[in-house]
Amino acid sequence: MEIATQEFKHCDLITIKGRVDSSTAPQLAQALEAANESGKYKLVVDMTGLEYMSSAGFRALLAAQRNSKKYNRGEVVLVNVPDRIREALELAGFTELFKSFDDTLTAVGHF
Amino acid sequence: MQSVQFSAKFEYLDEIREFVGDVARAGGFGDKDVYNIQLAADEAASNIIEHAYEGVSDGVLELSCGVQGNIITIILVDHGESFDPSEIPMPDLKADLSDRKIGGLGIFLMRKLMDEVRYEVKPNKNNVLTMTKRKR
Repeated sequence: MEIATQEFKHCDLITIKGRVDSSTAPQLAQALEAANESGKYKLVVDMTGLEYMSSAGFRALLAAQRNSKKYNRGEVVLVNVPDRIREALELAGFTELFKSFDDTLTAVGHF
Repeated sequence: MQSVQFSAKFEYLDEIREFVGDVARAGGFGDKDVYNIQLAADEAASNIIEHAYEGVSDGVLELSCGVQGNIITIILVDHGESFDPSEIPMPDLKADLSDRKIGGLGIFLMRKLMDEVRYEVKPNKNNVLTMTKRKR
């Protein structure tokens, strides 16, 4: 898994590539927590290059969403969720907890 | 049925997914099924590593996988702590964000992704998890 954070004026863009499982999810959780800890609660997670995500990744996203939405200070939105991952998120009942966008520009512009 | 042993560590999840993915693909399962079979095997192995072998550093995971006719069977055997799957509450998928429980999701996904998930505790600390899925 590769993860990169880019800071914009109104939000942070977090790009994840590769595979997120129990082994790599802590890195994702760390990146999301790091953004929250520096006062960034409006987060765009770009999944364009994501090949795989297990429930360990879902949990990291859920924790970040919970923390970011607190006091209405922000939210986590998803971009370009690959089909297989979207289906698994749907099974887990997660799709209604996250807004999702088809392109990064619209997602960043959402904030 | 092909069998392979893994050290019960998260770093081997990649290889576990690759192993079941290769068997499924060779058995004629399509991309979507292959992904879901890999996800189910990952969730099962992750649970074993995290819970059955909690605090154990030299745990072993025995993975067997094979396709017969149009059914794939995955068997995971561990020698760690047994558990009662019926004690794991179903996650409330309608719960608000703040009430969402974080546990139980792996087992829930396994049951959704596979046609059958069976857990047996056999003598001498043999926990056997069997999952099957039919080709669509």
